Amino acid sequence: MEKKIALSMRGITKRFGSVVANHHVDLDVYQGEILSVLGENGCGKTTLMNMLAGIYYPDEGKIYKEGEEVVIRSPKDAFDLKIGMIHQHFKLVDLFTAAENIVLGIREEGKYNLKSVNDRVSQIAAKYGFHIDPQKKIYDMSVSEKQTVEIIKMLYRGADILILDEPTAVLTPQEIDKLFEVLRAMKADGKSIIIITHKLHEVLSVSDRVAILRKGEHIATVNTAETNESALTEMMVGKKVSLNIDRTDPVDPSPRLQIKNLNCLNAEGLPVVKDVSFTVNSGEILGIAGIAGSGQRELLEAIAGMQPIDSGEIIFINPKKGRPVTFYHKSLKRVKQLAAEGAFHGWNGKPVTFEGANNSVIRYLVGSGEVLFNEDEIIDLRGRTPLEIRELGIRLSFVPEDRLGMGLVGSMGITDNMMLRSYRKGHAGFVDRRQPRKLAEEIIRELEVNTPGVNTPVRRLSGGNVQKVLLGREIAFAPKVLMAAYPVRGLDINSSYTIYNLLNKQKQNGVAVIFVGEDLDVLLALCDRILVINSGAITGVVDARSTTKEEVGLLMTKTDTAERKEAAQ
Amino acid sequence: MSERKNNTNHEPLFHLAKRSVIPQWRAWLIRVAAIVLGLAVCGIVAYILSDKLQEGKKTLADFYYCFIKGSFTTNRKIWKFLKNMAILQCISLAVTPAFRMRFWNTGAEGQTLMGVWGAIAVAFYLGGEIPEALLLVLMFVGALLCSAVWAVIPAIFKAKWNTNETLFTLMMNYVAIHIVEYFLVVWVPSGSSSLGKLKYGKLPSFGHDYLVIILIVLLLTLLLYVYLKHSKQGYEISVVGESVRTAQYSGMNVKKVIIRTMVVSGLLCGLAGYLIGAGLDQTVTTESVGGQGFTAIMVSWLANFNPIVMLLTSGLITLLDQGAAQITQDFGVRGAFPDVIIGIILFFIIGSEFFINYQVIFRKGGHAAKEGAK
Amino acid sequence: MNIWLNFLIDSLAFGATFMYGSTGEIITEKAGHLNLGIPGVMCMGGAGGCLVLNMVAQLNLPGFLVVILGILGSVSLAMLMGLIYSFLTVTLRANQNVTGLALTTFGAGLMKVIMSKLDAAVYLVGPKKLYRWPFAERTDALQCLGVLFFLAVIIALYASYFLFRTKKGLHLRSVGESPATADAVGINVSRYKYAASCIGSGIAGLGGFYYIIDYMASQEAYLSLEIFGWLSIALVIFALWRPHMTIIGSTIFGLLFSCSSYIANISWIDVTMATKPLLKMLPYVFTIAVLIFTSIRNKRENHPPASLGMSYFREER
Repeated sequence: MEKKIALSMRGITKRFGSVVANHHVDLDVYQGEILSVLGENGCGKTTLMNMLAGIYYPDEGKIYKEGEEVVIRSPKDAFDLKIGMIHQHFKLVDLFTAAENIVLGIREEGKYNLKSVNDRVSQIAAKYGFHIDPQKKIYDMSVSEKQTVEIIKMLYRGADILILDEPTAVLTPQEIDKLFEVLRAMKADGKSIIIITHKLHEVLSVSDRVAILRKGEHIATVNTAETNESALTEMMVGKKVSLNIDRTDPVDPSPRLQIKNLNCLNAEGLPVVKDVSFTVNSGEILGIAGIAGSGQRELLEAIAGMQPIDSGEIIFINPKKGRPVTFYHKSLKRVKQLAAEGAFHGWNGKPVTFEGANNSVIRYLVGSGEVLFNEDEIIDLRGRTPLEIRELGIRLSFVPEDRLGMGLVGSMGITDNMMLRSYRKGHAGFVDRRQPRKLAEEIIRELEVNTPGVNTPVRRLSGGNVQKVLLGREIAFAPKVLMAAYPVRGLDINSSYTIYNLLNKQKQNGVAVIFVGEDLDVLLALCDRILVINSGAITGVVDARSTTKEEVGLLMTKTDTAERKEAAQ
Repeated sequence: MSERKNNTNHEPLFHLAKRSVIPQWRAWLIRVAAIVLGLAVCGIVAYILSDKLQEGKKTLADFYYCFIKGSFTTNRKIWKFLKNMAILQCISLAVTPAFRMRFWNTGAEGQTLMGVWGAIAVAFYLGGEIPEALLLVLMFVGALLCSAVWAVIPAIFKAKWNTNETLFTLMMNYVAIHIVEYFLVVWVPSGSSSLGKLKYGKLPSFGHDYLVIILIVLLLTLLLYVYLKHSKQGYEISVVGESVRTAQYSGMNVKKVIIRTMVVSGLLCGLAGYLIGAGLDQTVTTESVGGQGFTAIMVSWLANFNPIVMLLTSGLITLLDQGAAQITQDFGVRGAFPDVIIGIILFFIIGSEFFINYQVIFRKGGHAAKEGAK
Repeated sequence: MNIWLNFLIDSLAFGATFMYGSTGEIITEKAGHLNLGIPGVMCMGGAGGCLVLNMVAQLNLPGFLVVILGILGSVSLAMLMGLIYSFLTVTLRANQNVTGLALTTFGAGLMKVIMSKLDAAVYLVGPKKLYRWPFAERTDALQCLGVLFFLAVIIALYASYFLFRTKKGLHLRSVGESPATADAVGINVSRYKYAASCIGSGIAGLGGFYYIIDYMASQEAYLSLEIFGWLSIALVIFALWRPHMTIIGSTIFGLLFSCSSYIANISWIDVTMATKPLLKMLPYVFTIAVLIFTSIRNKRENHPPASLGMSYFREER
């Protein structure tokens, strides 16, 4: 079958400062086909497509539409050429209705009439099999509904080349199936569709051809029918990788953190964490799998003391049994009180009550490390602020999803970012920068952080280096529990492995690690147990060594299907 | 379709890119160039407004000489320059902690005025009845207290309900002005609403009348620099300003930081008010602060909220102000000519920041020709 | 006519100053730009109108032409101020707060210089009557309401229609809510921002002109103008970013301002010299109360435009 070329790019190069995002990329799209642009995070897929959508302007190279050279200076130019792009972060005005968003930017003759727009939107939706309420406001919509609005927005303005950036990242498998059906319907209608993705099975199931990008360069374009998963992976990552993450067995695991019937509400008062109970043990990595936005963030933030808790318990078990009491986090008063309760014993095994001892004697005894705990400390974290948690001597580290918006201060250097945890330690009212500076230098050296200096704003560093700084700081805190949310998101393979190794090392040191991930292959290879969460509720806990991707994938959507069955009955 | 064909011949003339770093000397060169350009425009505006220039009775050289003449030709002018600069610097320092926290406090005018009022109120009621030294201390306390209260009210609402602080503090200015107006009516039974110089509560001086004030402000500049750069509270201010989420993550009590920082701002405004009330005027009017609360915002911003650099920017603004006042006198331009001059120079400095943060890349035949600054 | 009606009409007339100012500011803010320069813009609008009236005074033009020329003079000088503002904040992406404050310093200063050169007898005496059309000959309170008052109401109503019922209005609002979205659908963000700032300034400028030439109609009027610019900005919040609401808000402000002169006529309230400053405080306290109230109520539709105060740069990463 002879197919016409819809669009081609020749020798496209784009640089951001010294970083080359795309280097002499050539790409063709035919009419009536689905083309996948495959590549790892940060390989320049999105940048390349943004140049078709008029968001960026290429530094070099030419673009041809149906054989004719065109210049795309702005999104408007792209629309005039009937190119529409659906960005990963939807470009919708929250406050507007679906219909208002759809007609936004269209210059039409005649009077502006929302009713006729509503009708036309419904018409297009019917043609390709969407469901949509044109008068619903965006802020009331689910992600999948928002995506539908985006697609209709492009179809409404007659786009015949449709670019979708990671369209499935936030969808359930059912929603993905539906999306693919729609895409096939559009393809049958003669439209060209480009999907940016890094998920192999999607590439294989939906596309006609695959273009592979690696480190900003176009590696090859192949017909889907003539390739397979391992060949694609090889092209994508350069060398054949089986995820070779060393996984040791947990050494005498004991409970560190127990979550019991935890419930959280979001700002709008809707439940986001529903009746969650689980235990994390020392020396293991507990993975949390689930579709993005299923309550992972709220769960971790609730543990860290940043998310108000509606009901439930968060119990931290501080491994203090047989260890010396210190004044580090305990006031003299508290120590006396605990001693009176009979919580301590001496080296000889006899109980220590400090009866009759004066304060300086107590200080001396505790200071010399001769007073030991009888049992592990059990502390309920519920309702405590992050500061209170720290002041209780709980070594809980948290690598949040939003690195520069929460974990670090973008405009500050590495030294000052180290101080986020320790700035209260300085003398009197002043901060002490010597220790943080030493720590910063240590992290730069040991984790091979690529930075001009300890005072360069971390915002200027690449994603991998930013993550190393953040994780390095949290690990330097010598945690008993380490929570990491999407720690390898947006990182290249090498940086990712550095992170996996760091987490593994923590596990071997007896730290209880919670790893929230999105890539099932990684979760399966790295974790000991995987907890699957769906719309805020746990749908299963599986053994990562024996489970399969399919099983986890099924659990990720479990309640959803159950509810649907109920609704059907 | 014809439009598309046109497209092929028209690549964009230039496009913008964010600069990663620019050497300090080049940034300053751009700023100085902006001021020079601004002064040139000031000359043109002056030519339009001044009959003496048009008639040739005065030359443009006379015009620019006024900027030196206004501040430096006599000892008296130098002292006046230093005094005005010190007061402006003091109020600029006061707004700085809040701005570093991205709390847009436009209420320094009212906060300072309340400080002046607080000091004078103490002197009015207690002057002559208690020893002068004690009076001065009580005036100090009164000034600080009034300003701090004035600053903390919007902060509490901001912390609690995220009430827009820009407009809240702005409105508080006018409430303050009318409070002062009210007391002037109450205090001055004659109905003239003009309280003469009070006999009591004058800040002692040595060397020169203004020396104490200047030294206090210099010391304050250093203290604030250290506070912002090396204190825990200063660190907290920076973190809250950058990202509230990060501040919460690191265990800071954001509400407490907001309120505490506004108290600090208020206290500094109170000190400025005390210097004006007890150090200079010995009286209060609705014009005691004279719009410096607003100018201070720009002075602080121009210095990128750095107290030391602020000495430079407050000096520049005072220089322009006095120079323009001299021009008003010599060139027969009536009205608020200094404001016009300051406005124009500010436009140019504000605009120049663009050339420091962005670079304009011109395009020639597909090759990118980089052009740094304007 | 009874005192209460006079009070109301006087408040309406006073309110027109704010109607212009806040309608202009709302249009600017809807494009995502907080223009703290509105006081300066209003000052320059006043100066521009008076300047033109002074120039055409000798020409013996027909009345309606004088009225129109005055308006044009006012609008064009105010728009020039808007142009300075938008060049700095849109093209050069400068900090909006600081630019606005500088604009107010500049505008208020330049107005004082210009006005001190003009002869009030020329720009006030003749034109005042012309602008009071059609009620100029009346002797009751209605004489306060003239061309510029009705224009203010019409502009406020039309601005609401434009913003919420037309396609261009939808585009403008999208620019203020989410410039990246607007840009991605091919709306020329910079053009809308420029247009909104300039047209908004033009409208606000008329407020200054109205205040000097019609409401106060006195030689010293210009000295008290700046403060009403600030109140206009505050009124935007009261109006919840809806221009037609400024009509109600302005009238309430007008009531609060003129009550100090009317309240003396009510026998059961004792007005002394000292209470006057306290009464003058009312509009500001009222604004603060509204600010607090809206922030506590916190309804999504009543929020300021989401990108208010932020510069937009397409290639921001």
